[in-house]
Amino acid sequence: MSTEEKTPRVSERTRLAVAGARAASESIFREGGRGGRTGNALFFALLLLGIGIALIGLVTILTWSAVEGGPRLSWDLFTEGPNTILPAMAGFKTSILGTLYVIGGVIMLAVPIGVGAAIYLEEYADNTRWYNRLIELNIQNLAGVPSIVFGILGLAFIVRGPLSLGFVAAAGSLTLTLLVLPTVILASREAIRAVPSSIRAGSLALGATQWQTIWRNVLPSALPGILTGVILAVSRALGEAAPLLLVGAATFVPYDPEFWDGGYSVLPVQIFNYAGRPQDEFRVLAAAGVIVMLIVLLAVNSFAIWLRNRYERKW
Amino acid sequence: MPALSSGNVASGAGAENPHRPLGAARPRYGEKAIKALLALCAALSVAVTTAIVISLLQPTFSFFGEVSISDFLTGTQWAPGQARAQFGVLPIVAGTLIVTVTALLVAVPVGLLSAIYLSEYAPRRVRQILKPALEVLAGIPTVAIGLFGFAFLRPLAEDVLPFLEWQGPFSIGVAGVAVGLLIIPLVASISEDAMRSVPSGLREGAYALGSTKMRVSVRVVFPAAISGIVAAIVLAASRAVGETMVVLMVGGAGNPELVWNPLESAQAMTAYIGRTATGDIATGTIVYDTIFAVGSLLFVMTLAMNMFAIRLVRRFREVYE
Repeated sequence: MSTEEKTPRVSERTRLAVAGARAASESIFREGGRGGRTGNALFFALLLLGIGIALIGLVTILTWSAVEGGPRLSWDLFTEGPNTILPAMAGFKTSILGTLYVIGGVIMLAVPIGVGAAIYLEEYADNTRWYNRLIELNIQNLAGVPSIVFGILGLAFIVRGPLSLGFVAAAGSLTLTLLVLPTVILASREAIRAVPSSIRAGSLALGATQWQTIWRNVLPSALPGILTGVILAVSRALGEAAPLLLVGAATFVPYDPEFWDGGYSVLPVQIFNYAGRPQDEFRVLAAAGVIVMLIVLLAVNSFAIWLRNRYERKW
Repeated sequence: MPALSSGNVASGAGAENPHRPLGAARPRYGEKAIKALLALCAALSVAVTTAIVISLLQPTFSFFGEVSISDFLTGTQWAPGQARAQFGVLPIVAGTLIVTVTALLVAVPVGLLSAIYLSEYAPRRVRQILKPALEVLAGIPTVAIGLFGFAFLRPLAEDVLPFLEWQGPFSIGVAGVAVGLLIIPLVASISEDAMRSVPSGLREGAYALGSTKMRVSVRVVFPAAISGIVAAIVLAASRAVGETMVVLMVGGAGNPELVWNPLESAQAMTAYIGRTATGDIATGTIVYDTIFAVGSLLFVMTLAMNMFAIRLVRRFREVYE
């Protein structure tokens, strides 16, 4: 027993667990008998209540937006631009286009950079070096930085400061790229790590260089996991509004946006904009926008889940 | 044909150069360039953090050139845009705290109960349905939850609790409840991971001693997973501190005074930043600089919480793997 306590694997957590197990068994002997059946049933009911509340919350949000915005669903939402005077005429055309531009930019930037960083950290980096550990810690922390802080960064660095792009779709794209980069990196790392090293060893043994091994063997095997991460990152970027408020997406945009020039808006910011107007019609319009967004997100997310289940491999 | 020397591997290559060493035939500059490029991608994250710090620091310093740090941190009046401007940050910190505490009061019990159910009780097939369902909740955009909170939860709260003194269409407490809904999946999924990583030997040992399932869950699995569970709660709290859209839409514009009433409209730090930035503000004015001062405070707060949570998660991961 003393030797077991000296091994480093016995942590505080294990000790807690052992104490827990001891407490459990002691209490059984104290009560002497099979009391507490009702207690067990009550506990089980409590658990069901907990998960029930979570699910009811989900169902209520979905039903509410369907009931509130459902009557307003029509093609007008996709073919009409914003209209502040006539809510009945207003739609989301320009903000849907803006969203496509912004998300397109995010995919073009975040995927190569994120996957590149993941390959470096998993395949090349010696993680006993302080700078590699710094990078790892940094990525973990960046994943927890509030999105509005990325908005501030975008405002100070991309819109005004060193890059001076101005309030254009490209600035929104760049800001969101920085925001979702940690998600892409962390998911891609997991996927690359899951590729067994025998595949690498086999390729290297046949004379392939390290990059050839990565490009022709590791990446294809890790692709489903990487794609899942990318899709999750994209769905996060699709729903994100706060940082875009700071980099100019709040503007009223009656014309089709461009990537490098002129004002733009995105779907979530347009929904926020409509929701803040006093007339009830605009709130219904906002709810209809939420439905449009939820349909897109559910489609994207279920695609990710399907992909994960379809290609999940055990080696 | 020269005889093969012992150092040769490939006889074809050996025909020209019998003493070729085992390593690469020539320096692979392409490989090195690729490695450097990939390292650059990874280093970008450090660059982003540095950029965040630089972009926050410079206007923050110019802000503190005009307002003293102690006035900022201890003042109880927050009215930056007014003619007689006041820069005490406490009212919006109080708003953030009300949101965070309310959100945790909702999300921690619901999330933990869900996690215990999913990890210990749920049959495999039920779990396979419920877990993605919770993930859907995590994927709902915050604008949608904000609209839901403003147009559904807030009127509902008034119907259910008519005896409370509700004021106006906004309530910072209801904003907290909506944020709570948002962070339930985070609490549930990280604590579930922690509980599932408790080795089944511990459970079997407890069962062998005659424990019931409830005892095993509450007295064995829960304590063994405690650091992961605490990390989940801290991460959820940090998410609640940083949440913007819901607080902006449900919490309202608030009151410059320091009040602790969850029924009233109030501002949180993130909501202040979002609201100020949507108006047209000129670079270099003190109102522009307040965004950065508040942003710095927010960044430092969430950074500290995340570091703590990451350390906890790492500790619980190291043990059983």
